[in-house]
Amino acid sequence: MELLMAIGVGALTTAGVYLVLRAHSFAVIVGLTLLSYAVNLFVFASGGLKVGAPPRIAPGAAEYAEPLAQALVLTAIVISFAMTALVVALALRARLETGDDRTEPDLGAEDT
Amino acid sequence: MNHWPILPVLLPALTAGLLALANPRPSLARAVSLASSALLLGLAVKLLLMAADGEQRVYALGDWPPPFGIVLVLDRLSALMIALTALLALTCLAYASTGADREGPFFHALFQFQLMGLMGAFLTGDLFNLFVFFEVLLIASYGLLLLGASPARLRAGLHYVVINLLGSSLFLIAVALLYALTGTLNFADLAVKVAALAGAERMLAQSAALLLLAVFALKAALFPLLLWLPGAYAAASAPVAALFAIMTKVGVYAILRVHLTVFPPAAGILEPGLTRWVVPAALLTAAVGALGALASDRLAATVAWLTVMSAGTALAVAGLASAQAVSAALFYVLHSTLATAALFLLAGSIAAQRGAAGDRLQRAPRMAQHWRLGALFLFAAAAFVGVPPLSGFVVKVMLLQASFGGLPGAAIWAVLLGTTLLALLALTRAGITLFWSARRATVPLAGNATALATGAIVVLLAVLAGLSALGGPIKAATDAAAAQLSAPRSYIDKVLRTPGRI
Repeated sequence: MELLMAIGVGALTTAGVYLVLRAHSFAVIVGLTLLSYAVNLFVFASGGLKVGAPPRIAPGAAEYAEPLAQALVLTAIVISFAMTALVVALALRARLETGDDRTEPDLGAEDT
Repeated sequence: MNHWPILPVLLPALTAGLLALANPRPSLARAVSLASSALLLGLAVKLLLMAADGEQRVYALGDWPPPFGIVLVLDRLSALMIALTALLALTCLAYASTGADREGPFFHALFQFQLMGLMGAFLTGDLFNLFVFFEVLLIASYGLLLLGASPARLRAGLHYVVINLLGSSLFLIAVALLYALTGTLNFADLAVKVAALAGAERMLAQSAALLLLAVFALKAALFPLLLWLPGAYAAASAPVAALFAIMTKVGVYAILRVHLTVFPPAAGILEPGLTRWVVPAALLTAAVGALGALASDRLAATVAWLTVMSAGTALAVAGLASAQAVSAALFYVLHSTLATAALFLLAGSIAAQRGAAGDRLQRAPRMAQHWRLGALFLFAAAAFVGVPPLSGFVVKVMLLQASFGGLPGAAIWAVLLGTTLLALLALTRAGITLFWSARRATVPLAGNATALATGAIVVLLAVLAGLSALGGPIKAATDAAAAQLSAPRSYIDKVLRTPGRI
C-alpha cells in the first residue's frame, strides 16, 4: 500500500506541476487541483498507513490510526476546496473581462 | 490564565464576522472598522508593554497543555510586530475611509480578516496554525486586491493567487514531513525533537527546513521568487498596497521565528547554514528591487519594487543570524514598512490628482495640492532613502555596523550602499517628473483629497521621525527582542512547562 500511495502522490504531483506551468488559466487550475490532491494524500500518509484501525479509543482495538493527521488533512481539504472555488471564479471573471484565458497577455499576442 | 495574548486575534475576527454577517450600511461599517482598529492599536501597545519584561506569555487554547494543545506565544518579537501591524492598519484604514473602501463590497470585513491573519501569524506557536493564519491573511488579501476589479487587477490577482497556492502546497508538504518525523507541530516541541534526529531522518528534517525556507522566501519575495509582487502591489488600491507592505515582513518574521527557534544555527540542521542560503538570495533581491524601481514607469510600481528591495535588505542582514544583526534588521523592518506604506498612500493621493495620467511618470497637469503632496513626498523619499537625521539614516548605520567584517559583510556593504543610491535616483526621478515638470493647468480637486488622507500620511511620517528621535529606546527594544530570539532555550522551556488540564 505504501508503494501505491507513493506512486499516486508522485504521479499527481508530476501532472500538477506540468499543468501549472501551462499558459492557460484552465490548465493551471486543473494543475493546482491535482497538486492539492497530491498534498492531501501526502499529509494523510504522514500519520502512517494502517488498514482497519480506529482513529479514536475503541474497545478491543489492538492498534490505532493517527487521528491528528486526519484532522490536519480535513483542514487542508477545506482550504484547498475554497481556494479552488475562488481561483475558478477569478479565472472566469478574467476570461470574460479580457476575452482570453491566457495567463500572460503579452505572450503570443501577435498571433491573435 | 492571562487572556491578553489571544485578544489581538479575537478582536478583528469578531469585528470581521460582525461586518460580514450584518453587512451594515457603508458609513456604519467604516465607523465600526475604525473603532475596532483603534482598539487594536491600544491592545497592541498594552501587549508591547507587557512583553517588555522579557518573559514569554504562553496561552494554551482550551487549557490543553502543550505540546498536545495549540498555543499562542507572546514574546518581545511578536509584540513588536503586532504593534507595527496595528499602527499600519489604523493609518491605512483612515486613508481608505476617504473613498477606497467604497470600491467594492465588504472592504472592511476583508480588512479585518486580513488583520486577524496577520495577528495570528505573529502570535502562533504552532506550525500548522502558522499555515492556517497564512491562509486567512492570503484569502483576505485576494479579496482586498481584487476589489473594484479592473482587467489589470484581475490579471495581477490571478498570478498572485496561483503563486500563493503553490506556496501553500509546499508549506503543507513541509508540515507533513515534520509531523511524520516527530509527531508534533509545536515550535518548542519540534525544536527539541528535530535536534535529536539522526541519519536519514535528519536529512528529511533538513529538506523540510529548506522547503519551509522556500515558502517563507516566497512570502518575503526573495530572489528568485519575487516577480509576483510588483504587479500585484502596483495594481492594488493605495491603502491596500500600503497594508500589504507588512506582508513581505510576515515572511521575514516567519524565517526568523522558525529558522532561529525550530532549526537554530547551533543545531546544524540547515546545512550549510542559514547565512549561506539567505544572504546571497537576499542581496540579489535587494539589487533586483533597486533596478526594478529605477526601471518603473509608474510611482506605485516604483514603490512596489522598493518594497522588494527593503525585504531583501532586511533578510540580507538578518541572515547573518547574530543578535546584533537581527536587531538591526528588526529596526529596519519597522522603518521600511512604515516608509513604503507612506509612499504607497502618497502614490494614491498623487494618482487621484493628476487626471488621466494617474501615477504614471510623465508630464501631466499640475496637482491641486501641489505643495502639500510635494512636501510629503520629499519627506517620505528622504526618510526611505536615509537622509540624515531621518530614520532611514539611523537604521542604515545600524545595518552597516551589524554586518561589518568578512566576505558576507563586504557584499552586504556594497549592495546596501549601491541599492540606496539607486533608490535615491529612482525617487528623485519620480519626484522631478511628478512635481517639477508639471504643466500649468491644474486638475480640479478629486473627492478623496481630504484632511484625513493627508493626516494618515503625516502620522506615518511622524512615526518615522519618531523612530529616529527615539532611536535609543527603540534600539534597546529590538536588541532585547533579538537577544530573546537568539536564545531559544527559554522560549522552549517556557512553552513546554506550561501547565494545563487534560
